[in-house]
Amino acid sequence: MTIRKIQELLDADVLLGNELLDKNADFVFSSDMMSDVLAFADEQSILITGLCNPQVVRTAEMLDIICIIFVRGKLPDAHTLEMAKERKIVVLGTSHKMFTTCGILYENGLRGGA
Amino acid sequence: MAENLTFRYKISGDDFTRAGEASSNVKSKLKQMGVDNNAIRKVAIAMYEGEINMVIHANGGTITVEISSDNIHLVLADTGPGIADIEKAMREGYSTAPEEVRSLGFGAGMGLPNMKKYSDNMTIESVVGVGTTVTMDIHL
Repeated sequence: MTIRKIQELLDADVLLGNELLDKNADFVFSSDMMSDVLAFADEQSILITGLCNPQVVRTAEMLDIICIIFVRGKLPDAHTLEMAKERKIVVLGTSHKMFTTCGILYENGLRGGA
Repeated sequence: MAENLTFRYKISGDDFTRAGEASSNVKSKLKQMGVDNNAIRKVAIAMYEGEINMVIHANGGTITVEISSDNIHLVLADTGPGIADIEKAMREGYSTAPEEVRSLGFGAGMGLPNMKKYSDNMTIESVVGVGTTVTMDIHL
């Protein structure tokens, strides 16, 4: 599924990476604990989180995640966004809660992967 | 690679927002060198976890990265409080991190287990009150 499609399904704002929305991603990981993302994310290329700090971007960078979706209407600060921009990571923001965000994407065919 | 390359990083213990800069730097260097992506990922995750641990628990330290043609050797040394029970610290979910660290997304008790998972070989030497040295190898 393209990130553009994901953005439409979640009615999300594109905070960064308008030019990268045609990239594809099939597997998603969701957590507020970056330790767990590092431990359990494997082939996932999308991260759903409600945690807003620079370590979210660092974690995404280490795992080659291409898109971060911030849920519950939370927005990262300018420094965090700047870091994501440098790393060409798409950043979406949705007002949906995490469960709903995951549910919408699962219903539309995205999976958690290995 | 004809020669071994060594990089040294001093990790500051007082700024959590900067934790991970060294790992990020090593990841870009390995990419530029054309190292296999899977190996880069292992190095990046293992080193990042170690770097975060240093900032959370030990007020910083030093990381040395030695790259040879068939191995990446990481040495993470700190002069922090040391680990009283290494066996316990290796258990998934066991954490001594304070609550404030959890609110930053870490301290789930996955750091050391993760470092072991992503490295081909890991040793921990620690003396309470003196410090901890973790060495890891990731084979290429």
